[in-house]
Amino acid sequence: MNPVIQPRSLFIALGLLLVLALWLSLALGPVSLPLADTLQAALRLLGLPVGGVELEQAELILGQIRLPRTLLGLTVGAVLALCGVAMQGLFRNPLADPGLVGVSSGAALGAAVAIVGGAALGGLPEVFAPYLLSFCAFIGGLGVTALVYRLGRRAGETSVATMLLAGIALTALAGAAIGLFTYLADDATLRTLTFWNLGSLNGASYQRLWPLLLVTIAVALWLPRRARALNALLLGESEARHLGFGVERIKRELVLCTALGVGAAVAAAGMIGFIGLVVPHLMRLLVGPDHRVLLPASALAGASLLLLADLAARLLLAPAELPIGIVTALLGAPFFLYLLLRGRV
Amino acid sequence: MLRAENLAVQRGSRTVLSDIDLALQPGEVLGVLGPNGAGKSTLLGALCGELPPSRGQVLLDQRRLGDWPGAERARRLAVLPQTSTLNFAFRVEEVVAMGRLPHASGQLRDAQIVGEALQAADAAHLAGRSYLALSGGERQRVHLARVLAQLWPGGEGQILLLDEPTSMLDPLHQHTTLQATRAFAERGAAVLVILHDLNLAARYCDRLLLLDRGRAHALGSPEQVLRAEPLQAVFGLEVLVQRHPQRGHPLIVAR
Repeated sequence: MNPVIQPRSLFIALGLLLVLALWLSLALGPVSLPLADTLQAALRLLGLPVGGVELEQAELILGQIRLPRTLLGLTVGAVLALCGVAMQGLFRNPLADPGLVGVSSGAALGAAVAIVGGAALGGLPEVFAPYLLSFCAFIGGLGVTALVYRLGRRAGETSVATMLLAGIALTALAGAAIGLFTYLADDATLRTLTFWNLGSLNGASYQRLWPLLLVTIAVALWLPRRARALNALLLGESEARHLGFGVERIKRELVLCTALGVGAAVAAAGMIGFIGLVVPHLMRLLVGPDHRVLLPASALAGASLLLLADLAARLLLAPAELPIGIVTALLGAPFFLYLLLRGRV
Repeated sequence: MLRAENLAVQRGSRTVLSDIDLALQPGEVLGVLGPNGAGKSTLLGALCGELPPSRGQVLLDQRRLGDWPGAERARRLAVLPQTSTLNFAFRVEEVVAMGRLPHASGQLRDAQIVGEALQAADAAHLAGRSYLALSGGERQRVHLARVLAQLWPGGEGQILLLDEPTSMLDPLHQHTTLQATRAFAERGAAVLVILHDLNLAARYCDRLLLLDRGRAHALGSPEQVLRAEPLQAVFGLEVLVQRHPQRGHPLIVAR
């Protein structure tokens, strides 16, 4: 079970994969752009005077539709994978999922409140409408996670086992509440709710991108600083304390990172499963469990895989579009089963 | 040095350890003996700061253990737990290298220390293997190497606490492990080791603490502690105490 690939080779491969995924994501869609046009249009977007008037359409598609969508996919994939690594480290379990601490179900509940409640109130002023859903989802995710963390604490210590169980209980509770909203919803809101729960990068805009981008940058800068502590945490909590780490603080930081990261990702793109579970797992099989390598590798791989999944979502039924959550589940679940049956979990 | 003063520990409402006065001496191996539930692991937990004392205190160099900054304490005090829950496929040398996390001694020096610690724990041949592919005894030796690496090369002022380091080892490695521990102590570190085997304790420890229901029943040299009466009183076991024919230390045989 030794690492299959040297970190350096893996990073080169993942870098190339990401460039490929970025290019395909920018070039392909209902209107496919030739490689040269994509490149030139991208350069024009950066303000370089290349090409002529015939590129205006390409520039428009790229700048207004493809680029925000691609950046959103990149960020969502990276942050979900990073949070997956954090949770698998916190729970010392390679099968842990960022949803375990209740952030996904909380976000879904927040979204249900926003969609169904917003419709019942007759809608908010136009300006707030796009933000309301994301805001409620983000707050819902943070709130439920804070509750799970609170429930896990006793006498100044956080028990991850209690947190796990509290997460399961609160997820069930949130599921019941979402069910209630579903029951109360009319047909149109029901459709919005269902589609939101399946996740999509459709309708990406820079306004939706910025908050997530900031959170992702913060998480991506913060977690690697805790890579050594995460390694020590895998030995056990007392062992990490004996090695001089402030384990309580690290646990708090990991939960906070995950709540912010997954909360923002779900708020921007809906529920997208399996990236946070499968990507860190796959990377660990390739390069081993050292978080100094695992964290950046997972971020790169998560970004690439989500972009490719989004590409499949766009192209499989073109011109119609599949929700991306269906694609990641279709790819992720069999892979997960394969890992289980292979006995390498 | 590490000193416990009038130490008592409660778990829930039960007092599991009380009236413990103990000072670990540099260069000395102190063995802790006692039946199951006598408070051995609780004592170790209190001595490393894992369990807060309900009365008394634990001092490292006149300073309460809780007042030490984490990394600074970790460079002075290492703990080998009874069992490990590590469930990730680190390579053996990566596990041992975790002992170097509190230090900033540089990759080269760390790699050298990892090699020496593995050698000391008789686990050098395991280098390169995945931790998860090892047997229980091999894993135990890898963790011994890890805590040795944490204090390497060992010297006066350092403290090593070992909770049943021989529990999963074959007879040969029970001896090699305790020999390595002795060699480590001879460089100046103070070592406390919880043991179940009375004869191993007789052979490798300078002093023995016999715990009974959370209290110190006896504390002294192996000759003073390993006598028929205290062993009968604490373990309820009738024993014959003889002399080791070659080494002269007590040899305990059940009647």
